[in-house]
Amino acid sequence: MARDVMAEIRDEIAANKVLIYMKGTPAFPMCGFSAATIEVLQELGYPFAHVNILEDQEKREAIKAYSHWPTIPQVYVAGQLIGGCDIVRDLHASGELQKTLEAAFADETAQHRAIQAK
Amino acid sequence: MRTAEIETLIRSGLPDARVEVMDTTGGGDHFQAVVVSPTFAGRGLVERHQLVYASLQGAMADRIHALSLKTYTPEEWQTAH
Repeated sequence: MARDVMAEIRDEIAANKVLIYMKGTPAFPMCGFSAATIEVLQELGYPFAHVNILEDQEKREAIKAYSHWPTIPQVYVAGQLIGGCDIVRDLHASGELQKTLEAAFADETAQHRAIQAK
Repeated sequence: MRTAEIETLIRSGLPDARVEVMDTTGGGDHFQAVVVSPTFAGRGLVERHQLVYASLQGAMADRIHALSLKTYTPEEWQTAH
């Protein structure tokens, strides 16, 4: 069966609250823009998944078409593209990214508190 | 790619925009652009950047390695500067 890379992208975005398509890995980013974006995500401290597009040429092209966004990195929160490096840094500076992530993880935080309260 | 070419492309997609592009490294492939347009009103950052990318008609795929974007409505520009 032919590979459906668009479906793979849709599924991995749906399966992860925070997902970054990047060059390299969080430990070894291969591009300054990916590195700067990872730095912001790590500073905020919420868990995130990553896809290293350097290991998948087909996905590297597909993700650009998927989102009408021609550059890497791309950060998705709760299924939505929130931006690349510039926007993520701007959203972090304004405090908006913190709020977006808090909202995305709000249900888990509530569950966590409920478990602790028992 | 020359900054004037990029400015022309962005203006072709967003005719009401004020555009300023800088070549950040002098190498002709890393750029910074400030785009001020009333079209951005009521649109989020992702959508604004998508509009600018669309105006570049594929130049992002090969000729431009990096484009740092700042987008403002005329009102936001007034407030910020």
